[in-house]
Amino acid sequence: MQYQFLGIGYLTWITFLPIVGMIVVLLIPRGNANSMKWTALAVTVLQLVVAGLIWMNFKPALTGINDPSGFQFIEKAKWIDLPGVAWFGHVSIDYFLGIDGLSLPMIVLTALISFVGVIASWNINKSQKGYFALYLLLDTGMMGVFVALDMFLFYVFWEIMLLPMYFLIGIWGGPRREYAAIKFFLYTLFGSVLILLVMLALYFSVSIKDPATGQMMHTFDMLAMMNPQNYDPNSLLGGIGTYWRYVAFIALFIGFAIKVPIFPFHTWLPDAHVEAPTAISVILAGVLLKMGTYGLLRISFPIFPDIMLKSAYPLAILGFINIVYGALCAMAQTDFKKMIAYSSISHMGVVLLGISALNSQGMAGGVFQMFNHGVVTAMLFLIVGVIYDRAHTRDMNSFGGLANQMPVYTGIMTVAFFAAIGLPGLNEFVSELFSYLGAFAAFRWVAIFSSIGIVLTAGYMLWALQRVFLGQLPDKWKGLPDINGRELVALVPLMVVVILLGVLPSIMLHPMNATLNHLVNFVHSVGAGMTAAK
Amino acid sequence: MASMESLLIHLSLAVLFLPLAGFTLLIFFGKRIPRQDLVETGLLFLALAISIYIMVQKVFFLGVPRIDMTFRWLDLGAVFGYPGFTIDLGIAIDNITAIMLVVVTLISSLVHLFSLGYMEGDVRYTRYYAYLGFFSFSMLGIVLSNNLLMMYAFWELVGISSYLLIGHWYEKKSASDAGKKAFIVNRVGDVGFFIGIMIVFTQLHTFLLTKVFGGIAAGHLSGPLLTAAGILIFCGAVGKSAQFPLHVWLPDAMEGPTPVSALIHAATMVAAGVYLVARVYPMLTAGALTVIAYIGAITAFLAATIAITQNDIKKVLAYSTVSQLGYMVMALGVGAFSAGFFHLVTHAAFKAGLFLGSGSVIYAMHHEQDMRKMGGLRKKMPITYWSFVIFSLSISGIPLTSGFLSKDNILAGSLAYGILTGNYLIPIIGYAVVFLTAAYMFRLIIMTFHGEPRDHHAYEHAKESPKVMTIPLIVLAALSIFVFYSFNPFNPDNGWFLRAVTQPASVVPPAQSYGFNQPVNLSVADSASAGASLAGASFVEQPAVPTAEYHEVMEEIHYPGLALSLTLALLGIFMAFFVYEWKKLDAEKLKQRVLPVYNCLYNKWYFDELYGATAIAGTIMLSKSLAWFDSHVIDGVVNGAASFTRLWSRLSGQFDHYVVDGLVNFSAWFTGFLGRGVRKVQNGKVQTYIVFALLGVIVIFYVFRQF
Repeated sequence: MQYQFLGIGYLTWITFLPIVGMIVVLLIPRGNANSMKWTALAVTVLQLVVAGLIWMNFKPALTGINDPSGFQFIEKAKWIDLPGVAWFGHVSIDYFLGIDGLSLPMIVLTALISFVGVIASWNINKSQKGYFALYLLLDTGMMGVFVALDMFLFYVFWEIMLLPMYFLIGIWGGPRREYAAIKFFLYTLFGSVLILLVMLALYFSVSIKDPATGQMMHTFDMLAMMNPQNYDPNSLLGGIGTYWRYVAFIALFIGFAIKVPIFPFHTWLPDAHVEAPTAISVILAGVLLKMGTYGLLRISFPIFPDIMLKSAYPLAILGFINIVYGALCAMAQTDFKKMIAYSSISHMGVVLLGISALNSQGMAGGVFQMFNHGVVTAMLFLIVGVIYDRAHTRDMNSFGGLANQMPVYTGIMTVAFFAAIGLPGLNEFVSELFSYLGAFAAFRWVAIFSSIGIVLTAGYMLWALQRVFLGQLPDKWKGLPDINGRELVALVPLMVVVILLGVLPSIMLHPMNATLNHLVNFVHSVGAGMTAAK
Repeated sequence: MASMESLLIHLSLAVLFLPLAGFTLLIFFGKRIPRQDLVETGLLFLALAISIYIMVQKVFFLGVPRIDMTFRWLDLGAVFGYPGFTIDLGIAIDNITAIMLVVVTLISSLVHLFSLGYMEGDVRYTRYYAYLGFFSFSMLGIVLSNNLLMMYAFWELVGISSYLLIGHWYEKKSASDAGKKAFIVNRVGDVGFFIGIMIVFTQLHTFLLTKVFGGIAAGHLSGPLLTAAGILIFCGAVGKSAQFPLHVWLPDAMEGPTPVSALIHAATMVAAGVYLVARVYPMLTAGALTVIAYIGAITAFLAATIAITQNDIKKVLAYSTVSQLGYMVMALGVGAFSAGFFHLVTHAAFKAGLFLGSGSVIYAMHHEQDMRKMGGLRKKMPITYWSFVIFSLSISGIPLTSGFLSKDNILAGSLAYGILTGNYLIPIIGYAVVFLTAAYMFRLIIMTFHGEPRDHHAYEHAKESPKVMTIPLIVLAALSIFVFYSFNPFNPDNGWFLRAVTQPASVVPPAQSYGFNQPVNLSVADSASAGASLAGASFVEQPAVPTAEYHEVMEEIHYPGLALSLTLALLGIFMAFFVYEWKKLDAEKLKQRVLPVYNCLYNKWYFDELYGATAIAGTIMLSKSLAWFDSHVIDGVVNGAASFTRLWSRLSGQFDHYVVDGLVNFSAWFTGFLGRGVRKVQNGKVQTYIVFALLGVIVIFYVFRQF
């Protein structure tokens, strides 16, 4: 195998480096907090380096999605192989990793946000050992979701990420942390159960020939699940557009929708964000939300293309609701962090709108928006964190005039806010533009109504900017120091990405293009073929 | 591409990026550069010099109508069911672009110069110059774009620089409010623009204007959708050019520094809307043009009536700007394309001059803007006064000025349009506004410069502004004279300007266009070749050829129209003198007599109140109620589900404790109870056992008696 280091593939490295770091952190004696921080930082920097290596060696022309030869950096090994377990039959689960143009941006995003998150965690002063150990475990879970190609493995990583998140919010969070943590945990677990059920249904419906023995066996291989030929005709999910395929699609959709979050499954998000420490908010909004849409694109779309084609319109309408509803709710908030949380809901609606269009511009816009929103919203949460660390309040109405008190901070904030508004020259403009263009070609009226969100976003963002940064500075904030070096180290790389991708979006669009076009073609051709065959 | 063309394209790129370079320098190294203001000003004057060179070359020497440079920005390839997604971008220079380059760089560099005096010692002096540079860059971007996407992008950037400059003194709530209002109101228009772009792109798969026109000429976009696309793109202009019903932001934008008002909110940015309409002109159907004409006329009238009642010198000028922009838009709508663009250019000079002049006054009066506290400044500030008079004569359309040339053409066009289509309301409004314009401008001059000083303290300290501020005024006053545009002071038709700016032929289907200035010569064969242009070759714009009927009407109305407009303008000036200079009529009494009307006008027809009570209050109420819905209903369901689960678990816990476990305990107790009862029987006495055995036998016999 190519792309190895010490005989271990790049993807394994990038996924399990944090676990190594976690073990190191656990071995460091209590009280030596600095070594823990530096270990975590070193691990995430290494992870970023590996992500860079993957980026440089990535071949943009290859496709992926359902085509094993289109995947890159593949690692495949038998993981669990039990010849016969009662009625379950031959259990064979692979350690199957690989990436295509859909996972590449997510890997880079995860590495970048994890690195930024460590810097934002620098002033955690409550049981650092537990914090950094859990943080790194979370990192592995997130990365694993984006590289796994075996559905069982995907599910394992999906669940791995859940537990550290629960503790990170529940122990290091704000005053209502326990409520928020339990809400997050139960809500996500509820979604996980649905995903698990669908996974098992798929497992028992799909059979492939065991390459070793030549016998037919069930599999968790996602790629095999995408091939309609592999479905047993009489199985639960066999056939085309059947009742049970709809049920499975909807169950899977709810599982992922909770993560995105899509209206009406979104109310865990504002609570979790408000209570979570800054770094965890950054991870939550920067990476975790993308898992939902990633799951839709990686699993729901290609495994259920027949249902997907029928559901495109409702999905777009949900995207519209997210955009407008999220924006209106954001406008009513006075808590800075809660406003940003609702703005995430609105911006993730754009992703949904774009990908449901099922054309190359919408798909490119949607996936690009996933990346861009990750970067921009991470900046926004860091910005709130900076101010909260100093003032210990997030009530926007109690601020004002910070522009004069903290000029550098205000400059960086302006870039992030304008990116969220969708200003040209900054990254979200391009992704929103493409999402809307795609949606307009597919469902004109949904796109037109969604564009109300463009005005509303400008409204709540500029209003927030005015309340916090413009006007007269209240006397009590006269002593606030400007942004410090550590905070700059976290914010400046993100700002560079925001501007760079705004001016040269093809850096990111180019490697995604072949894969996303392949996905669109695949959904259309297989879905249409299946519907026609019926 | 010939070498001269290539040179001009590269020079225009230099013009575009010089102000951006200045912005970058000032933002990142502002504190380390001595005299940052001079750096930025110098860069702008350099850009002006290059622009003048480009314009002279393009307009007078180059035989090519249009220089185009296009590059492929993105190619996402084709997918199932959708044609390829490719985006070509680029810049182009034709006569209009070349003239606009000079207009923008000229006003911008003069404003830079003026600000050296006006903004001296400001808290954010460097920042101010940086933003001016950024604005100039964005504005030049709009001017140079040859496609809708870049136009839209620069359009937004212009909006944000306007936001930043209006809110320059953001410590004042009114300033930050005004910036926010400007941006959001503009966004409403921009959404329309955006949807229009989406219609065009979805139908024609290109943003390049030439290919868009080619596609429309070939019939790939027609009917109501084409009209809708035209009106929606015009929505962008409604926002930027402050047309009714989105005009409300511009007067508030006067919160920005006065040189900014001159540059952005009088001469260039607000004219961008007119420029946009001019750029997409060939694709506008008669339906869209009629809407445009009416919007322009309504705006011109509304704003002029408001201007006549305002007392803040900048507010009068702001409404005057809105009104004049309405004129330009109306001109485009009635098919007087060249006149509309001509007025854009002449207006840029004299309105920038008016604002800089008012800036000079405000500077002298120590930031007093209320005209009721001014008066008598004529003697103290002669340069400001006389330049102001020239600008006012120009805007009123008095002969020998530039404004006369352009305005008269607009009025003639609107009159011809009225005669040919029966829409007489438009020329009637057009001429009424001539009277109003002259009246409010001379009211302003008289209140500010004539009569006795009303605030003696301020008057004592007032003096003529320094040279950096008066030189721009002199330059602009000179440019408000006819000779720069046409050697004939009464008819500009043979001047260089109107020969350079020709109306492009419409590409819409003949049934959807005005009959009177149609290309007519776009035959079926031409349409086919235009269709082929979608594939590659560039579609070539052609000048419109007015019909003989149109020519005839224009000839007929030329002199009567001229006489009418001149009479009305002079009457307006006379009225202003009659009321304010000679005080033959008491303005106060007049006001009392028409108080309801006056109040309505003074309060700007209550548009702000209307929007405040409907759109803004509605959105805020909706957002508050949705937030309540979110935290009480949706989250209520979630929490309710949790509570329900907990209740259920408690119930099942009780059930487990009392029923399930109760049964277990009961069976144990029952067994014990039975045992205790039966134990008594087993007492070890033989006679008891015999009695029981006997009883048992009897029972058995009884039970089995049938057998």
